[in-house]
Amino acid sequence: MSRRRGEASTPRKRNKKGQEKASTRRFRPRQTWPPGAVPRRRGGSREGDSNGAWRAAAPRSGPVMESKAAARTLPSAGRLSGAARRSRGPLFGRAHGRFGQGSAGGPLPPCSQENADPQKTAFLLRKQWTLYSVTPLYRFSSANLKEYARLLGAFIAAEKQKGLAVEVGVDLDIKVTFSSLPDLRGSDQDQAAMLVQLSSRSSVSPKNSEEKLMWSGWFCCVSGDDLSENVPEDFTCLPLFLANGAESYVAIVGSWFQKTFDCRFCRLAISPLNLTWMAAMWTGCKVEKNASATELVFSVPCLPQPLDISYAIHPEDAKALWDTVQKTPGEITQEEVDLFMDCLYSHFHRHFKIHLSATKLVKVSTAIASAHCDGIIKFLQSKYLIGVLMLLTELAISQIQ
Amino acid sequence: MAVVRPFDKLPALNSATVLLVGSDESLQQKLAEAILKEKKSFKISIHLATSLPLPSERDHLRPRIDLIAFMIDIKSKYSLKNVEASLAHVDASFFLGKVCFLVTGVGRVNYCSVQTNAVWKLGEVYCSPVLYCELELEGIRVATAQRLLRMLQICSGQIPGISALSFGSLIRNSADE
Repeated sequence: MSRRRGEASTPRKRNKKGQEKASTRRFRPRQTWPPGAVPRRRGGSREGDSNGAWRAAAPRSGPVMESKAAARTLPSAGRLSGAARRSRGPLFGRAHGRFGQGSAGGPLPPCSQENADPQKTAFLLRKQWTLYSVTPLYRFSSANLKEYARLLGAFIAAEKQKGLAVEVGVDLDIKVTFSSLPDLRGSDQDQAAMLVQLSSRSSVSPKNSEEKLMWSGWFCCVSGDDLSENVPEDFTCLPLFLANGAESYVAIVGSWFQKTFDCRFCRLAISPLNLTWMAAMWTGCKVEKNASATELVFSVPCLPQPLDISYAIHPEDAKALWDTVQKTPGEITQEEVDLFMDCLYSHFHRHFKIHLSATKLVKVSTAIASAHCDGIIKFLQSKYLIGVLMLLTELAISQIQ
Repeated sequence: MAVVRPFDKLPALNSATVLLVGSDESLQQKLAEAILKEKKSFKISIHLATSLPLPSERDHLRPRIDLIAFMIDIKSKYSLKNVEASLAHVDASFFLGKVCFLVTGVGRVNYCSVQTNAVWKLGEVYCSPVLYCELELEGIRVATAQRLLRMLQICSGQIPGISALSFGSLIRNSADE
């Protein structure tokens, strides 16, 4: 491929058949850098080059990044058709031992493809869920859900009377529903997932207005055998809690559960190490044609102005890379994850002279799900919902123990 | 000279030198200042480097290095890679008690990008003690400086009766228990 001086090449990868696949790379800083260095965006054909201002960072020994580096978006390139795509089976399992702490992989349990009825769980997709870990609930029984709903409703009304108004102005009647989601579990030993929903109806004209869903939260446990085997009787294990809606309702509902069942809610954060595992595992999953790009967001520390680097990879390129790294189907080791990330980092370094390994990975988004290190998750495909929940349950359990 | 050797130069009277190798320069600076503030009975010189090998131009001006402390930040995988690459430039006889690994940033579990297993294995392979600390905090920084100063005293032979090797194996045995 001919190169023009001063132009960085569109990065290319070759797969086994020697056919070319181009990939998309984007580097978007949040702030524009010192004068003259305005990031230029270009989309469109592969031939469009950006001869915008781009000075490569001068490499020093062991730099993180040169503060004068300008940003530029590489042109997004089309993919040559006919590239072979090796597809493995729907590969989604977890590594042997504690996720993120175990170093060697062992034989995995068969990947969970038998899933919930997609319609029933459709409302869980494409919403941002905040993660919490919950210690086992004492004397919880799934037969008394209506009773719990009534008690929680009364508690919320009492809180409002006390003056802990959650919404100023509009006076709302809050209705609580508890329901069970029996399909969201890994095996029969797991407790069935439980959903709590708060819907509001304007108390001014109760006949006219409709019920609007204000807040929802659900407890679940997928393959939580490590925890449920070790707790005594009377305790129910539902270590993962996901909430969507106003933060104040989480506090109210959380305090009711803590008072009633003697449990403890704790915000679940995801460390960068666990995020790299998620990136590697979700990249390995087979997705359909128009899948969204795999995107990794990094935050650069120790700078006067905060800088975020977003690294987007064509999903099939990412999958091809992961397929060459992974040796045994159904088994993932820490070394393979490290190698996968190192390949991505060194590729980025070759083009931008920035060591991504010195930055902090804050967000991973693939076609399957997207996870943020503050403990925020978004499910994008119901096919892999159980698999992602299994990972999150493992994280929650390791935080509790 | 490509490789740092422990005994290729003559020792100076009543003085010791420590070399801090790590990718985070500001943290190295802070630790060096904390070491210098400590009360000590001998002359100390602290050399800071981001990676090895050290440039050979000034090699004749450098004193004999008594202790090398490799600093690894658990929040940055890059620092681990940097240290691993630098370890190749250290002579094997240095690892008889004159090297230690300082792991910083351990206060915040949710920020870790490096597996603690990997660091522990590094300490095992190179037979050197691994000290965990959080250099961002003032108190721990002072405590770490005191520990390093003590180790430096032993490694430079200022304390009669204890050699660097015996001290190193003492630390490792007590860590195993």
